[in-house]
Amino acid sequence: MDYFAQQLINGLVLGSIYGLIAIGYTMVYGIVGMINFAHGDIFMIGGFIALITFLILVSMGLSAVPLILLIVLLVSMAVTAVYGWVVERVAYRPLRHSFRLAPLLSAIGMSFVLSNFSQVTQGAQVKPIPPLITGGHTLHDSGNFAVQLSNIQIVVVVTTIVLLAIFSYMVSRTRFGRDMRACEQDQTMAALLGVDVDRTISMTFVIGAALAAVAGMMYLLYYGLVDFFMGFVAGIKAFTAAVLGGIGSLPGAMLGGLAIGLIETFWSAYFSVEYKDVAAFSILIVVLIFMPTGLLGRPEVEKV
Amino acid sequence: MNGGDDILAVEHLSMRFGGIVAVNDLSFAARRNRITALIGPNGAGKTTVFNCITGFYKPSSGSIRLMPAGGGMMRLERLNDFRISKVAKVARTFQNIRLFPGMTALENLMVAQHNMLMRASGFTLLGLLGLPSWRMAERDAIERARSWLGRIGLLARADDAAGNLPYGDQRRLEIARAMCTEPVLLCLDEPAAGLNARESAALNELLLAIRADYGTSILMIEHDMSVVMEISDHIVVLDYGVKIADGSPRAIRDDPKVIAAYLGTDEDTATAVIEGDA
Repeated sequence: MDYFAQQLINGLVLGSIYGLIAIGYTMVYGIVGMINFAHGDIFMIGGFIALITFLILVSMGLSAVPLILLIVLLVSMAVTAVYGWVVERVAYRPLRHSFRLAPLLSAIGMSFVLSNFSQVTQGAQVKPIPPLITGGHTLHDSGNFAVQLSNIQIVVVVTTIVLLAIFSYMVSRTRFGRDMRACEQDQTMAALLGVDVDRTISMTFVIGAALAAVAGMMYLLYYGLVDFFMGFVAGIKAFTAAVLGGIGSLPGAMLGGLAIGLIETFWSAYFSVEYKDVAAFSILIVVLIFMPTGLLGRPEVEKV
Repeated sequence: MNGGDDILAVEHLSMRFGGIVAVNDLSFAARRNRITALIGPNGAGKTTVFNCITGFYKPSSGSIRLMPAGGGMMRLERLNDFRISKVAKVARTFQNIRLFPGMTALENLMVAQHNMLMRASGFTLLGLLGLPSWRMAERDAIERARSWLGRIGLLARADDAAGNLPYGDQRRLEIARAMCTEPVLLCLDEPAAGLNARESAALNELLLAIRADYGTSILMIEHDMSVVMEISDHIVVLDYGVKIADGSPRAIRDDPKVIAAYLGTDEDTATAVIEGDA
């Protein structure tokens, strides 16, 4: 039971990170109907920006950890958002009215550009940082196994919850959220009502990138390292999470993220670490066979 | 032509798609504060004219001028996309219903107030700071949306998804949404399509009220003659992309050319039909 509880905690933490990335996939899919394959690399960029900001702050002699974390968070969100904006502007917008596969190919290309750019500018080796948030709590100790909840895990989960709260408020209650949903459903009509569709799409990429940046920073803090290739696997997993939850559905993305995180963790804990990805993807296949639109996806609304 | 009181002047408008001439050298005007109907048999080019006015098509030749009440003149054929609503203040609906089906009735009306809210939120910047002016604007927008819902009898269903409303309600909601952009010219493409007699009577009332209370000029395409004849001040008839008649409802009703176009016969037979009727 204790072992199970420990795996549950670990799975939820991993799932939070996947969920934050998955939201970016699902938002972009919802509004422009394309899979932004560069999104995983945006997550990686977010991790690097966090690392660089951290190093700069430390070299400036800053030592208050909460302050450092806050600055790193804001800077990496802002800079990564700029990356997201530029990627959309340069690689996707010119192709928006082209044939359907064009932006997809462009996205795959952009993914290579970003990861190779990081490899060239930052080097290929893994970049570690010392643990910033240490310590934790023992929730339950049965003598031979202790259930641990580390502070970094708390930080990851709390940050995710706070961000999701802000994000869902924004989508459901603000002007921007309404515009975004309107563009999702009928871009032509939204434009006729005065909504600047291009701008709304840009903002969607910016917000998706900012959330991915947070995920990148959490990854850096949690695992203590970043490398130029981490966006690929994490991106595929988050994409899987978005599909599992129902692509286009925002709560679905988070739910899918948590599901993938839990499946992976439990599989590694009880069966074998080597096959954790196989487990995650197998479950995806099974779910899609029985629920083709994912867990929370709605069937495509037919436009008459 | 009495150019002084026109809101919209279409002059020598032609629209060609390859070898097909959908609209050929069409000129007509829509008067300010009046309801102008554009009628004609299927395929006459009515919707093409609408698409030219609202920036979906770039006309092959000709001009479309909009003259708002405050003076000034805009060339609509040079605007497109969101600028038709934002700059020219022209709103339109489509033959098929294009509400945002997954959003509530209230939200549909809120999206239409985008430009007003955009200005009030200082283009998002002030809104992010949560300044009171922005919150007030948001509250005003909700108030306006609710008053429109009250007007079309949907206040009780404000929070229902627009896609779940009955067909007739969706039609009225669409018109209310177009009105929330505060247009000077409202273009309606077959607003009465699919409505029953009671619903089209309610539509007539709504359109007359819009004209009376807001002074909005209306240009509409319609097949339902009970709507066209009852509320239009002026009717323009198209056939094969050419204007064949232009005048008051009474004049149009008795025009042999119009009847011929609708019956698909020549003028003499049409005249015979009218006389036989009388």
